[in-house]
Amino acid sequence: MALFGPAHDATLADNCLVRNDWVCGEYVRTRRDDITEALGQHVTITVLSVVIGFAVALVLAVLARRVGWLRGAILGTSTALYTLPSLAMFSLLLPFTGISATTVVIGLVLYSLTILVRGILAGLDAVPGDVREAAVGMGYDGFRLLRKVELPLAVPAIFASLRVATVSTIALTTVGMIVNHGGLGNLINRGLSSNFHAEVLTASVLCVVLALIADGLLLGLQRALTPWRRTVTA
Amino acid sequence: MNGLLDGLTWLFDPDNWSGPTGVATRLVEHLWISGVSVLLACAVALPVGLWLGHMGRGGTLAINISNIGRAVPTFAILAMLYMTPLGLSNWTTIIALVLFGIPPILTNTYVGMREVDRDAVEAARGMGMNGTQLLRGVELPLATPLIMGGVRLATVQIVATATLAAVISGPGLGRIITSGFGRQDVPQIIGGAIIVCVLALVVEGLMAWLQRAVDPMRGARRRRGPLPDRDRGMPVIRDEVVSGA
Repeated sequence: MALFGPAHDATLADNCLVRNDWVCGEYVRTRRDDITEALGQHVTITVLSVVIGFAVALVLAVLARRVGWLRGAILGTSTALYTLPSLAMFSLLLPFTGISATTVVIGLVLYSLTILVRGILAGLDAVPGDVREAAVGMGYDGFRLLRKVELPLAVPAIFASLRVATVSTIALTTVGMIVNHGGLGNLINRGLSSNFHAEVLTASVLCVVLALIADGLLLGLQRALTPWRRTVTA
Repeated sequence: MNGLLDGLTWLFDPDNWSGPTGVATRLVEHLWISGVSVLLACAVALPVGLWLGHMGRGGTLAINISNIGRAVPTFAILAMLYMTPLGLSNWTTIIALVLFGIPPILTNTYVGMREVDRDAVEAARGMGMNGTQLLRGVELPLATPLIMGGVRLATVQIVATATLAAVISGPGLGRIITSGFGRQDVPQIIGGAIIVCVLALVVEGLMAWLQRAVDPMRGARRRRGPLPDRDRGMPVIRDEVVSGA
């Protein structure tokens, strides 16, 4: 070892982390746990939001069909909710649910309602009157008519809206980082404040990939649920 | 409910409206940046959508661009643009807003043009109209409600996204919310959120009015009953559209 050599001769390794490259395999290797955790939170929040949103939307859509004057009120309110910026929506929920995943889930449920209620209504409205009458003639009524006849026929329209709602929910979840529950959005936010290119790009790409996978899965599920359309849809 | 009242109190305090970080300045920034972005998005998307729709080409692109746009988180685009040499300039925000404003306008314009009654187009051709006359005299007037639905959706989206620009220290009303989070000042967070929501609803209302006002067929339409849903500025959702994949 040279006596007068620089003390920090053992310099940093020259890898993509040090160079702050956008694409960096080293990042994924070293931060695997972080990424898995963020991904897990992202998926949990999205699934909860879409499932709750779908349940609420189904009830609202059936109500809107039964009670005439409710239809306009439900559609109008959900359109107004859809207009509100996500950052403001999560902030407004803050006094009620605080810094928690609940804040994000409630906000995302409210957004998904707009799309889901419309989709379900459109699907149910499009069930041909003859089919409904035939079913009633065969003794179907009320809940059984809905479950056995109307909902199955509305599946394509319902799934179209379910796919749109899921894809937008996955993208919107990132904004949850404002209350520390944004899944991959947390990574983007952290990378943004530390100017860490690889972290921002990796998390963003994962978001889009997640959306595409979810969309594909729902499409597969729709095909499985509507075997009679399989020959028609390419 | 107390949280909301504190927010309103914050909002009605004149002290919070003045100064370089006051509500008034942020509101002007917000409107300016949204307005420029809407105009730029229209300037790009309207001609392309009209042309594609008129020619009947590029439908896959025109429709799927909306699906792709939905899958990409706005926050991610803002963060990445911020890390480019553009950095903390207003253009970072404007580029992101324009990128997210283009898809709804393009898709709605294309769909609007394609859904013009084919009989009307054939009749116009039979009367000897050429391409330009057909576009201006028949297709455009009939497609106006859906096109304006797209512009309305894009405008509402841009005003909403402009709020998010605050996370990269961009201009606009969102800054009131983010600086409230930074100082853990809940009344300011709520106050900011309230004015952002009020602005979004006002813009949505104005755009709805504008959409009706510019519809050349509004007299005829009134007799036919209410507008279909997607004409009201909701996203075009069709059950056979293959999304981003």
